[in-house]
Amino acid sequence: MTGVELSALTKDYPGGVRAVDGLDLAVPDGAFFALLGPSGCGKTTLLRTVAGLETATSGTVRIGDRDVTRLPPGRRDVGMVFQDYALFPHMTVADNIAYPLRIKKAGKAERHAAAARVAASLGLADLLGRRPAELSGGQQQRVALARAMAARPKVFLLDEPLSNLDARLRLEARTFLKKLQHELGVTTLFVTHDQAEALAMADLIAVMEAGRIRQLGTPAEVFRRPANLFVASFIGSTPMNLVDARVVDGLVEAAGARLPSPVRVVGDEAGESLVYGVRPEYLDFSPVPVDGAFHGRVVVVENLGTSSLTTLETGGGVLVHVVVPEDAEPRPGDEGWAVPRPGRSLLYRGGELMTDDVAAAA
Amino acid sequence: MVPATSTPAEPAGAAPARAEAADVVGLGRRRAAAFVAPALVLVLVFLVFPALWTLYLGVTDYRLTGLAATRPHFVGVRNYTDVLADGRFHDSLWLTLQFVGGSAVLGQTVLGFAVAWVMRERPAAVRRTVEALVLLAWILPGSVVAFLWLALLDRDGGTLNTLLGTPGTAWLLDHPMASIIVFNIWRGTAFSMMLYTAALGNVPPSHLETAKLAGASTWQTLRDAVLPKIRGHVLTSLLLVSLWTFNDFTPYLITAGGPENRSEVLSVYVYRTALGEGRLGFGAAISLVMLLVNLAIATAYLRALRRRRA
Repeated sequence: MTGVELSALTKDYPGGVRAVDGLDLAVPDGAFFALLGPSGCGKTTLLRTVAGLETATSGTVRIGDRDVTRLPPGRRDVGMVFQDYALFPHMTVADNIAYPLRIKKAGKAERHAAAARVAASLGLADLLGRRPAELSGGQQQRVALARAMAARPKVFLLDEPLSNLDARLRLEARTFLKKLQHELGVTTLFVTHDQAEALAMADLIAVMEAGRIRQLGTPAEVFRRPANLFVASFIGSTPMNLVDARVVDGLVEAAGARLPSPVRVVGDEAGESLVYGVRPEYLDFSPVPVDGAFHGRVVVVENLGTSSLTTLETGGGVLVHVVVPEDAEPRPGDEGWAVPRPGRSLLYRGGELMTDDVAAAA
Repeated sequence: MVPATSTPAEPAGAAPARAEAADVVGLGRRRAAAFVAPALVLVLVFLVFPALWTLYLGVTDYRLTGLAATRPHFVGVRNYTDVLADGRFHDSLWLTLQFVGGSAVLGQTVLGFAVAWVMRERPAAVRRTVEALVLLAWILPGSVVAFLWLALLDRDGGTLNTLLGTPGTAWLLDHPMASIIVFNIWRGTAFSMMLYTAALGNVPPSHLETAKLAGASTWQTLRDAVLPKIRGHVLTSLLLVSLWTFNDFTPYLITAGGPENRSEVLSVYVYRTALGEGRLGFGAAISLVMLLVNLAIATAYLRALRRRRA
């Protein structure tokens, strides 16, 4: 059992592009770990550097207690699933699964037994004789997984594992992958640009931007307490409300509303421009006036199925999004108040989350 | 964009012509034929007629000069039986197969692929320089490169002898076949290189990386990830370079078939027989045999291609 440890890892591409920038990261043993970020943030490069498909410009990669920084991919003991699955079209499913074993010079009988065993555990037993072209997208993905598993690697690397599946299959595969990972207990890194996917599957998420990690935490931490404005705006299916704010008399003034401060303010923040953040899901809509609430006129109501995303335009022209449960939707043009739930709002100073520790120290 | 032909109201006069036209554009059979006719005439004059003329020549004793040039006699299949019994033809066929096998199948294909494979991950500047140099050999006129090679291989003061420090070695006399094979590899590698460069671009990087992750050697990567993916390209390239090399006449410019017919490939043999010795009928017969060999080669490759799809 093995973790992955990266220290001061940097990857420069010719032409001066720095894809990964002095990055430190420890992936605990057995974790299902998501590298999440917008395209171009270096997450795929990071995964490929762990795989050995890219060579680190500086820094080290350790898998378990081995320094693998300079080892070729074949000797790192990793299994990888590519975004396009990369199944060899001229080989049967069984041959594809057994491919790493064939390269490792395993005997024919051993290869077939291993392929059959792995295939059975992924529900592919009936497909062993088929060619990849005769399989559905979901089946192809499982064959690619089976191939990665066949050589019993210490670490799995999945590059955008769900992006080639259609929406319905994606949900199925999400559940399947998570269950499989927990059963196998093998350290798994996966890359995704879809925050919902990362939140749903991972035990730990590293949110990346421009070659650096902006926050590392459990899905709950990353969702509830984004460490900075980048993570705050990136995580969440409905974007977080981020409203310019000031501290006035111990209260936070944002978009015309006077709200209780989420952190203890000692006074030196007065006059400084801050950002008040609260998720639409953590705002309660009220059609009647309430104290300590955003006040505005409803401009748009978007149906989300079991709830509606309602947009309030406040007096200053700032838009505030609120999730309203079904059967309580206002109509566009109505007046409304949105109350932040206690303990669910955040305050950012200079782009970073303010916590009581920091406020006390400052 | 709206097609220009979609006029809602057709002029009354055009209606009958439209009615008889079964084609999409509405030209009608006769006018369509008129458009195709010039091209067909060119094909007839420059392709079909010479081909038929060759067939006709092959069954006569037609000569370039002399009595038989004015009054050729019909000789039936005698030319063909003579060709097939001719020792010089057998030698020439064997030399041609060496030429094709050595320079096209082995030389150009292997070297072209190797260059394409090695250049795949090189910096663009290096890649372009190498490609330009290789291409240069291909685009220069045959007469020019023949002259260059004569200068290179010359017995007295040739570049190669100077480089190797072997003055007085008559490469073209001592090793005529090897010389024209190496020459043709040098000349034709560009085509294979370009074709394989394009083909390798079609191999998904993830397939190569899958092999890499499994720890595959270069040879294993080629066998498992690359060759199955580019098999069609390989066969197409082999077919084309085989046929081109089989019919290539440039060796004549270097060795003129000599010495003692030791580099007389079939195209040179035909030329020397038909135009050198003036035996047009006999030459035409060899041409037809060459054509049949070409057909055999093409059929073999096409079979292999079809088997891939099956």
